[in-house]
Amino acid sequence: MTQISATNTPESQLFISLPAELSTAVTQIEQAKNWQEKYRHIMLLGKQLPTLADEFKQADAQVKGCESQAWLYHHQHNGQHFYLADSDARIVKGLIAILLVATQGKTTEQISQFEVTQYFDTLGLSGQLSPSRTNGLNALAEAIKRHAKESVT
Amino acid sequence: MKSISPLPLQAPFDHPAIRDQFPALKQTLGDHPLCYLDTAATSQKPQAVIDTMNEYYQLNNANVHRAAHQLSARATSQYEAVRQQVGHFINAAKPQEIIFTHGTTESINMVAYGLTAQLQANDIILIDTAAHHANIVPWQELAKRTGAIIKPIPLTANAQLDLTAYEQLLQSKPKLVALCHVSNALGTVNPINDLIAQAKNAGALTLVDGAQAIAHLDIDVQRIDCDFYVFSGHKMYGPTGVGILYGRFGQLDALTPMLTGGEMIKTVSFDRTEYGEVPNRLEAGTPAIAEVIGLGAAITFLQGLPRQDIAAHEQQLMAYLQQQLLSLGDITLYGIADNPLQNNIGSVAFNLANEHHQDVGILLDQQAVAVRCGHHCAMPLMSDLNLAGCCRASIGIYTNKQDIDQFIHALITVKELLL
Repeated sequence: MTQISATNTPESQLFISLPAELSTAVTQIEQAKNWQEKYRHIMLLGKQLPTLADEFKQADAQVKGCESQAWLYHHQHNGQHFYLADSDARIVKGLIAILLVATQGKTTEQISQFEVTQYFDTLGLSGQLSPSRTNGLNALAEAIKRHAKESVT
Repeated sequence: MKSISPLPLQAPFDHPAIRDQFPALKQTLGDHPLCYLDTAATSQKPQAVIDTMNEYYQLNNANVHRAAHQLSARATSQYEAVRQQVGHFINAAKPQEIIFTHGTTESINMVAYGLTAQLQANDIILIDTAAHHANIVPWQELAKRTGAIIKPIPLTANAQLDLTAYEQLLQSKPKLVALCHVSNALGTVNPINDLIAQAKNAGALTLVDGAQAIAHLDIDVQRIDCDFYVFSGHKMYGPTGVGILYGRFGQLDALTPMLTGGEMIKTVSFDRTEYGEVPNRLEAGTPAIAEVIGLGAAITFLQGLPRQDIAAHEQQLMAYLQQQLLSLGDITLYGIADNPLQNNIGSVAFNLANEHHQDVGILLDQQAVAVRCGHHCAMPLMSDLNLAGCCRASIGIYTNKQDIDQFIHALITVKELLL
């Protein structure tokens, strides 16, 4: 797991539950009338996700397979998994937020059972998850699952 | 070579009829017709190419150069006829100067590997800052093997090759100069005849990456006067998996083969193996026969069209595309020449305000517009332009005004969403 000790912020303040509005925003994505509305909500969702300070934009936290840059940090606390992520592209950041809404604060078992493909299908975004896409979403989803699995002690 | 295969009769310019020959362009994605503006990555294929490859597998499939039976004789003569056809297409001095490869990348690698014995420590290799990675990395590897030194030729502020700097660099008597004819990322065009003449005067070997030029310009390698000219079939309406290495015969003959094995030998024994003659010496193993024959069909297709009308059509579309982009506002175009004689060919590179190129690409894709967004395999160029990346819209023989209009309309929607 990537170290985040570069900062003075205590870990407990970094890895927090996401605001409840984010779950509502995901529902809005699902119910969007057209693609424009869908992507507008995706970008709004991305905006609600905290931005990583430059000191966190470290090469070893970077998720490969993204044309844009994306960074992912993981922290485990009391059997729950917390993630911190950011991207320099707005839609990718929104897609990351969608992933985090489904996984933040969840247990190892919940994350291992999380059906990413089905989740994105429901949101009408199945095309974005394909490993052949350069948005890196597939790589991010795999990294989220891997972090949870590998941290089990 | 002009006497060997007379040009097919050229039809009058009927653009809808040309476009109609590309089945992939007839599809719709969701609610929108496909708007394919990624020809610089790979072109779509005309029905004639698809049919020719199909027919080869249905009727003539056999290995080449082992013509003990009729099928193999047919395959071999088709395969070798394409060598003549390519030679004629680019005006090579003889068909033996045409080597079939898997693509531009392999062609450059074959030259870079093949020259290893001819280079020494501190020899200088000049490369184009606007080059595709395929025209950079093989030279870096050659430099590692030989101790040669790579010097990039700088660009001017608007991303054209810096002619003054080039002249100065040539004074260092480089052993090799590797240029691109047309930049893949920006569509900028190098004044290749002059650049090669200067390099030759300085005593350098020359290689030109013609991957982005071959579908748009008439190429005459004897007029360009370079030692090597390389391109891919799939960017000129032919199949993937086949490319060309043209080389002056003496220069090809002096290359050490990168691949060894079957087809390229004269005799093999455990004491001593003797290589065969060029071109076979540089074509070890079973080649991509169907693809070579498909490439032949692509050339026949191109030769059957009025190329001057096509060039004029493409030039008009490029001007329209650039003008429409600029009239949108908040658009930055890259590598636009001041000199109208150096008009960009094939590709227009742009960014929308400060938006990430990937966001723009994802939203265009929602509207069935296919463009490339990224570093375009030209990271040194992107870094020279101080960009993380950009979007590139590229046109081909089949592109029409409706494509440009659909693209601009889609980009207006993207702008509304992002700005």
